[in-house]
Amino acid sequence: MAEIKNITTPLTDEVINSLNCGDMINISGVIYTGRDAAHKIMTEKLDAGEPLPVDFTGQVIYYAGPTPAKPGRVIGSCGPTTSGRMDAYTPQMIEEAGLKGMVGKGPRSKEVVDAMVKNNVVYFASIGGAAAVIAASVQECEVVAYDDLGPEAVRRLVVKDYPCVVAIDSRGNNIYETGPAQFRVED
Amino acid sequence: MKEISASTITEEIARMAIEAACDLPRDVEKIITEATEKETSEFGKYAMEKVCKNIKIAREDNVPMCQDTGMVIIFAELGQDVHITGGDFEDAINAGIAKGYIDGYLRKSTVIDPVLNRKNAGDNTPAIIYTKIVPGDTLTLTLMPKGAGSENMSQLKMLKPAQGLEGIKQFVIDAVVNAGGNPCPPTIVGVGIGGNADRAMQLSKQALRREAGAPNPNPEYAALERELLEEINKSGVGPQGFGGLTTALAVHIETYPTHIATMPVGVTLNCHAARHKHVVL
Repeated sequence: MAEIKNITTPLTDEVINSLNCGDMINISGVIYTGRDAAHKIMTEKLDAGEPLPVDFTGQVIYYAGPTPAKPGRVIGSCGPTTSGRMDAYTPQMIEEAGLKGMVGKGPRSKEVVDAMVKNNVVYFASIGGAAAVIAASVQECEVVAYDDLGPEAVRRLVVKDYPCVVAIDSRGNNIYETGPAQFRVED
Repeated sequence: MKEISASTITEEIARMAIEAACDLPRDVEKIITEATEKETSEFGKYAMEKVCKNIKIAREDNVPMCQDTGMVIIFAELGQDVHITGGDFEDAINAGIAKGYIDGYLRKSTVIDPVLNRKNAGDNTPAIIYTKIVPGDTLTLTLMPKGAGSENMSQLKMLKPAQGLEGIKQFVIDAVVNAGGNPCPPTIVGVGIGGNADRAMQLSKQALRREAGAPNPNPEYAALERELLEEINKSGVGPQGFGGLTTALAVHIETYPTHIATMPVGVTLNCHAARHKHVVL
């Protein structure tokens, strides 16, 4: 197993440049949750020239909607959701909101990868369905916008050693293409 | 005539909702563990080991294994000699869903209207309920929370009879491989063949109720299940789409007679968290 790289948020271009597709990563620092409904609202705000509830410059967004926290716990189970559903909103979040990193699961569209390469952005994948394990890396959780969306609210998480993999690096190298190609059996 | 009270149904549904979210059936865990041992991909093995650890933590701590605790499907087999008392059957089920999802700190994932009002319903109701009237005086309830990541990869194709077995194979393989890393592979692949469009989809869901990896009782369909599994796993998609040997854990086929002019095929993928519970009342 390759060595695990430790990085902290917000992400600088220097850190992003040092990350390569397939690197095992532990993320520490602040990340923000946001998924379908929040992305729809936020891109509508960008269209209208209105401010977002969070300054995403250099920040990392986590596509996740956790279960409610049990008493005495910081957060419930909180694994990644399918990133592809946010593809329609992502280029705008990168170009207009200054987003520098995303954490989710599954492949991204060509439009997203193009925007990532152009703007030096990285996409991390964590393990879908490993939500109880992932929850252990969350130290703080606070709703910062759209509380009425319930699980889809934007939450500010403070994470320590959140485990993930660089799925698509800022040069466009893509584990969803290179990984399966190594194991594909042609008849 | 046997009487079953609506409140009993509500209590049982609430209990099963919480148990299903936190306690993966042992048969599913077993095939995941076996696949993890065989996996040779570095990233695939990393992902599978995290999944195995997650299953154990969820069970020990009684917390949901996945944050997507699903929209709930209920398969009810209602004996014709059973009388439900003290309330409406479907209301009793939905009251149980609401109770389980609120008391169990499970995520509420249903929205009130699919298009015009995507406001969270707040209690994860309603369930999708399939009721079958059967002989006898028992009520069997199967609760299956289904996450949307895998559900979004569902496929239906109305094949022409001339497309035959080859057409079925190609469609199923394409459905699974094109889903890539989206449905949280390795998946259990439910395939419904026959009936009409809606029956084929429903059969593909019912196929997911079978003991994980158990073959179809018809040896020819069992052979087709094995062949499809082998072909799917040649794709290299692997755990989480990272590349590897395990794209699917099992293929389950269910069939029904059909019309002379058609051969419908439905495919439903279940992520590795193939959760379900059942009770006989």
